[in-house]
Amino acid sequence: MEQQTGTFTVKKGLAQMLKGGVIMDVVTPEHAKIAEEAGACAVMALERVPADIRAEGGVARMSDPDLILRIMDTVTIPVMAKCRIGHFVEAQILEAIGVDYIDESEVLTPADEENHILKHNFKVPFVCGCRNLGEALRRVGEGAAMIRTKGEAGTGDVVEAVRHARAVLGEIRRLTTMADEELMAYAKSLGAPYELVKETKELGRMPVVNFAAGGVATPADAALMMQLGVDGVFVGSGIFKSGDPARRAAAIVKAVTHYNDASILAEVSKNLGEAMVGRSVSVMPEVEKMAGRGW
Amino acid sequence: MKIGVLAIQGDFAEHIVMLKRLGAETAEVRLPDQLSGLDGLIIPGGESTTIGKLAEDFGLLEPLRKFGKTHAMWGTCAGAIFLSKDARRNQPLLGIMDITVVRNAFGRQVDSFEADLDLPELGAGGPYHAIFIRAPIIESVQGSTKIIASLADGRIIAARQGKMLATSFHPELTRDARFHQYFLSFIK
Repeated sequence: MEQQTGTFTVKKGLAQMLKGGVIMDVVTPEHAKIAEEAGACAVMALERVPADIRAEGGVARMSDPDLILRIMDTVTIPVMAKCRIGHFVEAQILEAIGVDYIDESEVLTPADEENHILKHNFKVPFVCGCRNLGEALRRVGEGAAMIRTKGEAGTGDVVEAVRHARAVLGEIRRLTTMADEELMAYAKSLGAPYELVKETKELGRMPVVNFAAGGVATPADAALMMQLGVDGVFVGSGIFKSGDPARRAAAIVKAVTHYNDASILAEVSKNLGEAMVGRSVSVMPEVEKMAGRGW
Repeated sequence: MKIGVLAIQGDFAEHIVMLKRLGAETAEVRLPDQLSGLDGLIIPGGESTTIGKLAEDFGLLEPLRKFGKTHAMWGTCAGAIFLSKDARRNQPLLGIMDITVVRNAFGRQVDSFEADLDLPELGAGGPYHAIFIRAPIIESVQGSTKIIASLADGRIIAARQGKMLATSFHPELTRDARFHQYFLSFIK
């Protein structure tokens, strides 16, 4: 009875177990505990949430492995951690300490402006950001086992998350109505691998799990993304930069499960205290935007 | 035949696809009143702490326990944990199946694996290809519970008690419908 580890099926499989759930950014073991108790299906362990990375500036890198390990020791749910785009040695380190998922993330300062990590080379699965279907399928082509739309991290402004989810899901809808002979030209225009374009058409959905990220701050934001058609939600700064993180975290979890039930959404939206202050993306200078990192 | 799938969190959509392939009617269950009219229920894979907490918050624990007394119920991975009497940890459980489970028994995600199993219970069709994702094991079974499958080293990975079924792996992630067929055979 031979056991095979690190297959694409088991990498993709963990993301399938996360569906319908909320993945929360945490910077301490105490945060991780609060997230788990609120019902998070996984946590993202990092030193600074995106809002602080924005505020403090400088180069943002992989977090201290000791911090990640302490968070892994605290919770039983999966623990994810971020490496820089193209920084395959940070990824090797995260794999060596046993994180459950690596986010090759535009929130950190890119290490390579041309190439992403060849993710097929790893046993640990990767999630990557995208703004459209072409970018998503390029990442899957490199071995990403899960995709998240980028949004604009650390802003608390959901507008970019909506833009990117609408782009991806709209392109998939268009694809499903195309004739097979049109797929090569569409693959060319998307800049995406033909085989994955074909597979996406056949499945009528992204070939891997697709979450939303970048700007979700309220239960209504989370339910909005779910109704648009994503499989689950990442919440970064939105929880621990708010007035009452435990309460808000639990409310967002409930909103993702009951995303189609407006009376439950109304109930869970009550008395959450202050939401994160946020920054409007429409008046933000281009150079401050993270979503443009990677291609 | 109408089968519900607990749709609090996890891969419930994958179970629904498989059930539809077999011609069953399906329903997503998020609230207690959605259990009425169902002939059976599947609790999918996902995070057992998330599923347990939300089931508790939305008043599902007692209705699910009551449903399980008279209906077929199957838990895959997190679902098996949720059915168990004891998960060696303080978290909301249904506690209706006489099994003790150990969560994340094989290690972390890098230890998740696929393997072929001999599963005589499924009848003909050759070995069953099973997918284990941060999987639990069934450490021991009690009462009338019967072991359905074990690994070569003896660790228990599937068990049945009456119309209740627990598997530490994920038949819903495969294209092999034999396990879902087996579950449907519990319902007369």
